[in-house]
Amino acid sequence: MKFSMLPSVFAQMFKKPWTNKFPAKYAPANTTKFLADVGTGKAKLIPPVETPPGFRGKIKYDKEKCIGCNLCIKVCPCGAIEAKEKEKKIKIYLARCCFCSQCNDICPKDCLTMSDEFLLADADPYSKDLIVE
Amino acid sequence: MKQKTTSKTTYHIPVGPIHPALKEPVFFEFELDGEKIVDVDVKLGHVHRAVEWASRKRNPIQILYLAERICGICSYCHPAAFGLAIEDAAGIEAPERAEYLRVIQGELERICSHLLWAGVAAHEIGFDTVLYLTWQVREKALDLTEYLTGNRVTKGIFMIGGIRRDITKDMIPRIQKDLKYFKDIFGKLKKVFLDDKTVKLRSQGAGILTYDNALKLCAVGPTTRASGVKKDVRVDTSYFAYGDLDIDYITPDVLTGEVNGDVYDRIIQRLLEVKQSIDLIEQCIDKMPSGDIVAEPKLAKLLSQLKKVEGEGIGVHEAPRGEVYHYIKMDGNEAPFTWKVRAPTYNNILPWIPMLLGEQIADIPIVAASTDPCMSCTNRVGIVKDGNKYELSKEELHKLSVEKTRRLMK
Repeated sequence: MKFSMLPSVFAQMFKKPWTNKFPAKYAPANTTKFLADVGTGKAKLIPPVETPPGFRGKIKYDKEKCIGCNLCIKVCPCGAIEAKEKEKKIKIYLARCCFCSQCNDICPKDCLTMSDEFLLADADPYSKDLIVE
Repeated sequence: MKQKTTSKTTYHIPVGPIHPALKEPVFFEFELDGEKIVDVDVKLGHVHRAVEWASRKRNPIQILYLAERICGICSYCHPAAFGLAIEDAAGIEAPERAEYLRVIQGELERICSHLLWAGVAAHEIGFDTVLYLTWQVREKALDLTEYLTGNRVTKGIFMIGGIRRDITKDMIPRIQKDLKYFKDIFGKLKKVFLDDKTVKLRSQGAGILTYDNALKLCAVGPTTRASGVKKDVRVDTSYFAYGDLDIDYITPDVLTGEVNGDVYDRIIQRLLEVKQSIDLIEQCIDKMPSGDIVAEPKLAKLLSQLKKVEGEGIGVHEAPRGEVYHYIKMDGNEAPFTWKVRAPTYNNILPWIPMLLGEQIADIPIVAASTDPCMSCTNRVGIVKDGNKYELSKEELHKLSVEKTRRLMK
């Protein structure tokens, strides 16, 4: 058929674009100012696409439960976890984390879990947001 | 290729290592007579990342994730082959349900990879509409991967002696819905790729790899099967649950009745394999028994068990691009004594030479892309001295060896 693509073309014309315009419909001129506006309620944030169930995002650490067995350090493929010898606790550098959730699997006390938080971009690898302790 | 082959009638063109037409660094040297290629040489080694070296200070569970990062598209195949190798060395057997789940993940990856390739091939011949069409379908496959494993690309699903995530009953309707979508769209894709005049003009009779050459140069995967060689790890050695499933070699003559070994045949081959993969996933869902998904759920116990292992193991898996081969030797330490990876592209590089001979310059991208090359998977050895790259011939290696003996004798 010569014009077999025409039905697709017409269907495409009336469809909404698939792209989710996150965080705003038009790119803000100043992202920091835009985020501050969102914080005070002046601007509205278009939410990101939902993460699937079982998504592996930022690690959550329940400090109370941790017994300092250091098993997670043993299986971490990228050496993102550091032991705090004195306190018998751990410190996770997310800038090195590869989000495999292997530490969650080996933890005998289940004190590590994966959240669905994925907006982790930062200019400083040692910023407060990227260190879990 | 030496410069001296250049005569008055031919001229020399280097392409790469970094070139807009190439997705990954590889260096071609062409000898051309007008538009016709008369001689080709391929040089590798521009993306050496010392993956095998990095394994020397990691335990097998950590290496699973290192292996995952050998290739971005085969992020299931490498951990799978590595896992098979270590299971072979340690004598661990995965439970039956895990074997079926492993097949499902492997075949889903094959669908993703082949659809990606189909889009890239269409892009190489300048048919970008088809690129968007196929990648739209691939997006669905990636969404399904994300649903089953948690992430789109680095799946992190393989575990030594099993698999990390189960497919529960409430997940099956979603899988079946997506499989139905793939089957429905398959007819459309088949029509676009196999009946379209543009695709036919560029791919029929281009980049021919004969049956003899495919055998002689040890091509693997769809590249060799498109030339009529019946070689498929899934059928030849029944690892995972492939032994229980209805699976047979696929060659392009299933559809067209003849084997030409050209680019068009490689397109047919991959499309048929997508269909086969859909069929295999359906079979797995039907036949999957209930039970455990890992042989040893306590990872600390597994680690101490692996620490004691002494011996060698081999893991072979049919990746989307062909046979991926992992060798491991354990010597009773935490880290392996040695780990050797042979990615399928390594075998599919030499067949480029007979494929490209006699073709035109404009055919280089599509012919090179038709083997679905993955350069960064392939690079294992790079010898750098004083900032220059050296290649060692057999004589030079022998000389070095003799010199070392002399040094030690002193």
